[in-house]
Amino acid sequence: MLKIEDLVVAYGGIEALKGISFEVQEGKIVTLVGANGAGKSTTLRTIMGLIKPVKGSITYRNKDLLKEKTQNMAKAGITLVPEGRRVFSNLTVLENLKLGAFCRSDEKGIKTDFEWIYSLFPILKERSWQLAGTLSGGEQQMLAVGRALLSRPKLLMMDEPSLGLAPLIVKEIFRIIQEIHKQGVTILLIEQNANAALHIADIAYVLETGRITLHGTGNDLLSNEEVKKAYLGHKAAK
Amino acid sequence: MTLNLFLQHLSNGISLGSLYALIAIGYTMVYGILRLINFAHGDIFMMATYFAFFGVIIFAIPWYISFPLVLILTALLGILVEASAYRPLRDAPKISILISAIGVSFLLENLATVLFGGVPKPFPTPEIFTSMVKIGTVSIQKLTFYIPVITIVFLFSLFYLIYRTKTGMAMRAVSRDHETAKVMGINVNLIISLTFGIGSALAAVGGLMWGMKFPQIAPLMGIIPGLKCFIAAVIGGIGNIYGAVIGGFILGIGEIMIVAFLPDLTGYRDAFAFILLIVILLYKPTGIMGEKIAEKV
Repeated sequence: MLKIEDLVVAYGGIEALKGISFEVQEGKIVTLVGANGAGKSTTLRTIMGLIKPVKGSITYRNKDLLKEKTQNMAKAGITLVPEGRRVFSNLTVLENLKLGAFCRSDEKGIKTDFEWIYSLFPILKERSWQLAGTLSGGEQQMLAVGRALLSRPKLLMMDEPSLGLAPLIVKEIFRIIQEIHKQGVTILLIEQNANAALHIADIAYVLETGRITLHGTGNDLLSNEEVKKAYLGHKAAK
Repeated sequence: MTLNLFLQHLSNGISLGSLYALIAIGYTMVYGILRLINFAHGDIFMMATYFAFFGVIIFAIPWYISFPLVLILTALLGILVEASAYRPLRDAPKISILISAIGVSFLLENLATVLFGGVPKPFPTPEIFTSMVKIGTVSIQKLTFYIPVITIVFLFSLFYLIYRTKTGMAMRAVSRDHETAKVMGINVNLIISLTFGIGSALAAVGGLMWGMKFPQIAPLMGIIPGLKCFIAAVIGGIGNIYGAVIGGFILGIGEIMIVAFLPDLTGYRDAFAFILLIVILLYKPTGIMGEKIAEKV
């Protein structure tokens, strides 16, 4: 579904990604794990068209994604739950969700999806008239996920959805990711919480300072000594 | 001071305040979406009055056709300024785009001087606005009543657009976070153009009524109203549209009342706005309606 080949991204001469290649297959949960600064967010932001790569290719359903503008991604079925949630704090919860469906015009489908989102996150219905900035961190994360789902994505990319959340809420978020996956949404998940991410992933890649060092199924990597090293080694690396 | 006289001053203050409010909104909207003080805004306001002069006097198009055309042309001018002078610098440091705004301001002022001449020109005020009405013993120009009414109509349309439509929702989203707005599928450039178009059209509405109230137009006429409306936007809390309206009225009514109650200070009329600005910056730098700390420009 999504194929990344030899992707190099640099910020002012410093290479954040040094030529990575990986693939996201339709219907799977794929995860990129790695330490802070490994280039995980950069990867997602490049796929989304927010950063231009130095070289490499990104193809989505046989289309060159590098030629697409960010604003057309939602329509093509790709969306991102950004790092740090980035809900529109000056808008109400309902308006945030409506913005998720900004690129759609099928009123009926939007209504069905709203019901689905409200069943996944009942709190969002309760708080629909509240300003998004007044929600707690966990609620904002749910809003960010709900907002992304309202574009009815085929590929949902999530950047650190568990960051800064209480353990119980993290558990809830991961349960919901699996729930979303069951509805047929392909998921590309980025996590520092490698343990949780590997447990739900079909395919996993380990990213270390701009390079993919390992890949395999989620279970493979969980039992892999190298992964334990890569994962535990993040303090030494940064 | 008699009640009659007071009411006359008050209505004058309200109509001046309306004009300030209309122009201040342009500053605040652009700041809200780009974090930029558009120093060319006062000159866009000036250009609107010249468009009206050319429409009505040179091309002899009736005012009720000319004036809507003026709004459209001024909106296009605002969009052109953004696309040519600000958009290429969107990712540059804030100071560059600010300097570009000052450059556009000088460009428009000098362009107007070259094209239209430095000699002030008469503003073609339609008669239906200038006739007088008598209320009790006071006679007041009809314009004094029309200005607040027209302002309210435009303000309500603006609030409706911003708070009740999908486009307005997108504008508010862009003002908070360009990147995430793009991820949602919003065409951020289009929304920014629209913001400039609306801000400039409102400045044109202000310009037309300004021309009728003070019927002489000149290439540098936009400087002082531009500065004062910028101050009005800051007083109200820059980035906040309600704040711009409140700031505009405070400034307009305050200015007229100072002249009315303290005639000795008439010469310091323009200083009032600047003194108010200093006081606000000292004691409530975020303005009346502002909450978050304004970014440095």
